Amino acid sequence: MSANVLEVKGLTKRFGGLAAVNDVSFDVREGGISGLIGPNGAGKTTIFNLVTGVYKVTAGEVSFQGRRIENMEPYKIADLGVTRTFQNIRLFKNLSVFDNVLTACHLSAKYTIPEAILRLPRFRREEKVLADKATFLLEIMGLQDRRDIQANNLPYGLQRRLEIVRALALDPKLLLLDEPAAGMNPDETEQLMRLISEIRERFKLSVLLIEHHMDLVMGICEHIVVLNFGQKLSEGSADTVSSDPKVMEAYLGSSGGNKC
Amino acid sequence: MDWTYIQGILMLAGINLIAVLGLCLLTGFTGLFSFGHAGFMAIGAYIGALMTVPPATMAGNIGGFGLPFAVGIVAGGAAAGLVSWLLGRITLNLKGDYFCIATLGFGEAVRLILNNVKTFGGARGWPGVPQYSTVWAVLVVDIIAVLFLANLVRSRHGRNMIAVREEELAAQIAGIDVFKYKMIALIVSAVYAGVAGVLFGHYMTFIQPKMFSMTKSTELTIIVIFGGLGSISGSVLGALVLTALPELLRAFDIWRLVFYGAAVILIMISRPKGLMGGMELSPAGLRKVAAARRARLAFRAEALREDAAEGLRAEGEASPGGKA
Repeated sequence: MSANVLEVKGLTKRFGGLAAVNDVSFDVREGGISGLIGPNGAGKTTIFNLVTGVYKVTAGEVSFQGRRIENMEPYKIADLGVTRTFQNIRLFKNLSVFDNVLTACHLSAKYTIPEAILRLPRFRREEKVLADKATFLLEIMGLQDRRDIQANNLPYGLQRRLEIVRALALDPKLLLLDEPAAGMNPDETEQLMRLISEIRERFKLSVLLIEHHMDLVMGICEHIVVLNFGQKLSEGSADTVSSDPKVMEAYLGSSGGNKC
Repeated sequence: MDWTYIQGILMLAGINLIAVLGLCLLTGFTGLFSFGHAGFMAIGAYIGALMTVPPATMAGNIGGFGLPFAVGIVAGGAAAGLVSWLLGRITLNLKGDYFCIATLGFGEAVRLILNNVKTFGGARGWPGVPQYSTVWAVLVVDIIAVLFLANLVRSRHGRNMIAVREEELAAQIAGIDVFKYKMIALIVSAVYAGVAGVLFGHYMTFIQPKMFSMTKSTELTIIVIFGGLGSISGSVLGALVLTALPELLRAFDIWRLVFYGAAVILIMISRPKGLMGGMELSPAGLRKVAAARRARLAFRAEALREDAAEGLRAEGEASPGGKA
């Protein structure tokens, strides 16, 4: 078994004439926390959409645990163990916190529609397993006392947290977080950093995250990939990347150009 | 008012209810709007009649197989379900409103085909359908329909459909096969509409394509929205109220549809989410509403306390003398 949980090779996505992602290759180490950074429009979220099957790839390969997953249906990729959160939170807004998580637990049950309609023993048994699992997840993620609140009435930070809990309900092996700290103050960001590390330990999963908060990225990511205009600019540890002149140029403008 | 009259209204309401329950799953729980379910009712009514009408004895009569009512109900529901599967395969990939337009086209197509196919009497209709629908038959089917639907909705399959309604993309990422669950919802709703069609035909004893026009489809969808999206008890109430309303308004004579429209508008303004929007009149449903309310209040109280504490702090910082 390879030590990389995700391998991306020559990934390209064109929208008409625009190459949103152009020949990008990188790996995500098993059990690691990797970061995907770059200026706005660099193609970070597009890569997430390609890996999770939301977009079809134009060219290139995506392998998850040695298995090719590019162009698979999103729900199948999720079933294999890759799931994500969204930059603009996408919860099941009108459902309670508990039902959000319970819905996502569905892969842990196998009962069929006739079994559900007739309320057969397997239905009762597996429903109990699902409810216990959802309760357990809410407890360890500190949302248990908010379980009956409608998801869109939660404060922003907790909505982000709930989205992560919902993703964890699928027992993922690779969790993609799209700007998990967006809109959070430094305190909350700090908390989130701890939470991500905790999740990784407890659920034995690998994390790939997109983030603009540099202290978060530099603080917890063991491996960082820098993108600019759809191309990979640099890759390596936090120190390597932050001292790379190409990265500085992309973020701060070229030294010879006009500074504003 | 005599009993026969009231019975008639109740039966119509009960028959409408079956179709409405199906639409409740499709529109209320899965989030797909349809303006073509009268088409499925028509398919059910005609196939049902074909099964139960006795073989033709005279020239000019349209004959059937003369089978029992139960066979008619099953065949009508199955035929509608089969057609919905075909329709779903080609239209369910359409997004939102486009699916709605496709169903509208489907409903009208079914009506026009029946109008022009002479085998079943064409536009003149098909008289002589046996009067098998009784209050009890309708009641039994209603109860089964409600139980099946309630059990389906409160299972992982039902939750997956609700997830599709709430946020399609997130549902996919949560491992839900969106197409499959849309298809299941469409088939179940079509089977329900088909069964309603069979009961309708065997209640009227005469079927005609005109009965299954877009007005009928619209009526069904209006009832679902009026009752409240995502509420089975709302659909039951809606079917009862909106079927009885035109009858109660008989006193207004030709103006009654105007008053019907006005009444629907008024109720929708006073309850924008429908009569029961998202709530259920069942022990579990009421517990859920109560729990959500408690949680919301507790949460608001906490937020207020925090605000107050912050306000005090801010005040203390603003006035230098106030600092301890």
